Amino acid sequence: MEEVPHDCPGVGSAQAGRGASCQGCPNQGLCASGAGAAPDPAIEEIKEKMKTVKHKILVLSGKGGVGKSTFSAHLAHGLAEDENTQVALLDIDICGPSIPKIMGLEGEQVHQSGSGWSPVFLEDNLGVMSVGFLLSSPDDAVIWRGPKKNGMIKQFLRDVDWGEVDYLIVDTPPGTSDEHLSAVQYLAAAHIDGAVIITTPQEVSLQDVRKEISFCHKVKLPIIGVVENMSGFICPKCQKETQIFPPTTGGAEVMCHDLKIPLLGKVPLDPRIGKSCDKGQSFLVEAPDSPATLAYRSIIQRIQEFCSLRQPKGENLVGS
Amino acid sequence: MEAAGDFRSGTMSTKLLQRCIHPLDYKRNTGEKNLKKFVMIRADLLQEPGNLAGVRHIILVLSGKGGVGKSTISTELALALRHAGKKVQGKAVHQCDSGWVPVFVDQEQSISLMSVGFLLEKPDEAVVWRGPKKNALIKQFVSDVAWGQLDYLVVDTPPGTSDEHMAVVDTLRPYSPLGALVVTTPQAVSVGDVRRELTFCKKVGLRVIGVVENMSGFVCPHCAECTNVFSRGGGEELARHAGVPFLGSVPLDPELTRSLEEGRDFIQGFPESPAFPALSCIAQKILNEAPVGLS
Repeated sequence: MEEVPHDCPGVGSAQAGRGASCQGCPNQGLCASGAGAAPDPAIEEIKEKMKTVKHKILVLSGKGGVGKSTFSAHLAHGLAEDENTQVALLDIDICGPSIPKIMGLEGEQVHQSGSGWSPVFLEDNLGVMSVGFLLSSPDDAVIWRGPKKNGMIKQFLRDVDWGEVDYLIVDTPPGTSDEHLSAVQYLAAAHIDGAVIITTPQEVSLQDVRKEISFCHKVKLPIIGVVENMSGFICPKCQKETQIFPPTTGGAEVMCHDLKIPLLGKVPLDPRIGKSCDKGQSFLVEAPDSPATLAYRSIIQRIQEFCSLRQPKGENLVGS
Repeated sequence: MEAAGDFRSGTMSTKLLQRCIHPLDYKRNTGEKNLKKFVMIRADLLQEPGNLAGVRHIILVLSGKGGVGKSTISTELALALRHAGKKVQGKAVHQCDSGWVPVFVDQEQSISLMSVGFLLEKPDEAVVWRGPKKNALIKQFVSDVAWGQLDYLVVDTPPGTSDEHMAVVDTLRPYSPLGALVVTTPQAVSVGDVRRELTFCKKVGLRVIGVVENMSGFVCPHCAECTNVFSRGGGEELARHAGVPFLGSVPLDPELTRSLEEGRDFIQGFPESPAFPALSCIAQKILNEAPVGLS
């Protein structure tokens, strides 16, 4: 991918190819001719590719460290417990790809075949893709600007041979920038079922999450609902509950009520979750009796119900 | 690149500086006459190329991982340095007619802030920008702000190793930043991302002052049992592996978070927090690295 000049006005803007900062850019001619404003052919290619994928779910949060990757991984594990359900997990966090570690797939490599890149399979019915698999060392840093990251995401969506998939879960980095815009743009023609938004109870997180909800409205992305993570901690010794991340403004419950968005559930903080993720094990299997597991399962069920109401591709079912 | 005139001085309410998203009530905190003082300084600085010339030390707070507490640690570090009697600025933005003026947190004007949060009309407004636009804003933060005389500039960054990080390192390079404070939580998933951040620092020639392990243990307020909510030991291990100093572990303190969010006078309440000893120690190590005279 070519690096763009620092003050690039953007390929879609009116100034494309004509601004002062465009001088010397290799794409100047292309932008000035208006070619940059034409829709990317990859969007159609991705639409074709996504015909074999029934449901697509984005896992978002404005805020970092709220548990998006943890939730995405356990959503994948939960859905894949049914052997007849084909699940795919795509990690588009290019700078901080956590999914390989959480899924216990660190060190795995991606293979290329005639039909494209093969995802790494944890189970027969659970395939995973992440930039982490393309890096040779755990210390390698991916120091890329936006356009290069977008190129990678395009490749993940267009060139990975997912096969027949019931659920494609897309784990995103925090924020409302390149990766999120790209994912939504490239999947625009392929219809995303919706976004699950993760937050923690405190106002500092909710502020960022409201922005993320704003982003979803702006790009017309349906919101399946909000998950409040790290919601209360039960001391293993005295069993009393403490709010480590206090919901000073009422937590996700009040926010969801105000914004008229469903609250899918609240997941308490269980120290065993962090440990499972570090070991690359499914927490749902490691601690089946934890209140956090029960919360996860209930949320996964609600997501499945939401998806089943949406018209699957190619069938003429009328949603209720 | 937008001109300074495009940004509106937003309405402000006294809330929290931790993420600098709710702008502070500038007038209430500092009074009109101080506004004039900064307008004069700003006009003065307009002629000078090196707007950061009056800043003694610049510290970047980085982490590959999101949600480890970069902003919290930046805030707490600013508070701890202030407690040691130093004049500090975090990065947040306020604009008046003649230019961009930092927002002061306290009457003594020992801590001030700049952030894109101050430029938003509504706090829920999403900033949906791609890399180049973000880079341009970061450059403006450095070149168009009346920094004045400062002992420390603490720069809070988003997670990752992308546009913002490259832009801030490039823009601050001429001013020889003291270095980067890298924040992680103890668990392996965080450490996995943060080691990439350390590689980033090496590649761009940014010195690592040290690693801080945040959210390191939670003391139950009912029974005083300490639980390692996010595992333990990762930060120290990471520092050893990367050959950089380990600056310390900071425990979880919900009361500090709560008081910051509720806008209480955290500057007074801060010394009672269990996080305070660890943070003072980290601040002291930084002061030892880069001593300044009495401000």
